[in-house]
Amino acid sequence: MALLHTTGILLGKELRTELRSRELITTTLVFILLVVVLFSFTFDPTSSESRRFGPGLLWIAFLFAASLMLQPCFLREQMNDTLSALRMSTPDPFAIFLAKLAANTIFLLLTELLMLPIFSVLYNVPILKVFPSLLLVLLAGSAGIGVTGTAVAAISAQARMRELLLPLLLLPLLTPVLIASTEATAALLAEEPALRLDWVGFLAAFDIVFLTALWLFGEYLLEE
Amino acid sequence: MTAAVSPLGLRCSNLEKRFGNFVALRRLNLEVHPGEAVALAGHNGSGKTTFLRLAAGLTRPTAGALHIGQGESTAAESRAHIGFVAHQTMLYDELSAEENLFLFANLQGIPGAAERVSALLAEVGLAERRTSLVRTFSRGMRQRLTIARALLHRPSLLLFDEPGTGLDAPGIIWLAATLGHLRDTGCTIVMSLHGQAELAAVATRAIRLQAGAVAADSASGEPIEAVLRVTES
Repeated sequence: MALLHTTGILLGKELRTELRSRELITTTLVFILLVVVLFSFTFDPTSSESRRFGPGLLWIAFLFAASLMLQPCFLREQMNDTLSALRMSTPDPFAIFLAKLAANTIFLLLTELLMLPIFSVLYNVPILKVFPSLLLVLLAGSAGIGVTGTAVAAISAQARMRELLLPLLLLPLLTPVLIASTEATAALLAEEPALRLDWVGFLAAFDIVFLTALWLFGEYLLEE
Repeated sequence: MTAAVSPLGLRCSNLEKRFGNFVALRRLNLEVHPGEAVALAGHNGSGKTTFLRLAAGLTRPTAGALHIGQGESTAAESRAHIGFVAHQTMLYDELSAEENLFLFANLQGIPGAAERVSALLAEVGLAERRTSLVRTFSRGMRQRLTIARALLHRPSLLLFDEPGTGLDAPGIIWLAATLGHLRDTGCTIVMSLHGQAELAAVATRAIRLQAGAVAADSASGEPIEAVLRVTES
């Protein structure tokens, strides 16, 4: 309970600072919008083509946008050394990670939800009927990106080549999430939509494994 | 600003900290007794900041040990009793003065947080700017708020790294009076200083570090002014 209470306080701080600056959401949204629109103009896909490669395109856009979003999450704490203040005030450092990954997942999910209608219109893929299932896939996939990305952001923030290191570490690690999320989304956007619980289960397992690793080793990632 | 507290000392034995090949602290043996107000002096790179960050439990020693209090508690285990002021402000620019203090008060589970935050904001002279975002503050105002944040949980060990940074003359006088009061109520204070005679006057002991080792200590009989004066020259 103490962990959740502390996480709640820190999550409130993350949301409040982002709502005031709107740096992360704006950057991510613009990036995803650019990718989706540019691909739409370049290939001018038919509905059946969109069903085939649309999910992959969508998740690659989400993944690259997430790497942009994740970069500042620990760098911002270094600017005024607020990470030290948090470490000294928070009894369990895992709460710092939980709050950051929850915030990252929420921001990513929000941009994905804002992008879905645009994707649906540009690529002529109806999503309304499968929206609840699609939301589940987006949540599981975004949580995977959030958990792994927050851990990698903490590692890369202390490195010299931090801008390069984050995508270099993150993208290979997230390959399983990309494959599972794309497969689950493709099944939902097919002519006969189906919720692939095997892929959703895989995503949930991935999230749990990385969350456990973060719980076990997170404190070392925050040390100077 | 704070009620009487149980004094808390610190001691380190053979404390060493390396950053790659650079030795920031070399086999430092030092004991700060409960209730002492220690002024740390020394040139840039002498190890003052490294020592304070080790004492705050923010970084691990390469070798040796540092204990807080009477037992074998490490710095990391004693964080709840430590008030730390670093070079940077340790404040969120996108939050107001009040929100910053509330954030840390809530994280530390301080009872009566609202009253404590109000009292501290009044004490540091920021009551009228309580709802202003920190990014609109001058460096001196930020430093006052930083000091308020460090004192929120009524710590018994204060680790202040150049606390006079950014403060104007009245600010330094205010800080010296505050530290003097805290010392009189039983707080142990370890602060790094560059000049600032008003703050040095609060000290009951001075230690000069040089190349990561103790070069002079007023506890061995040398006057405090002499230990600090050598550094200034």
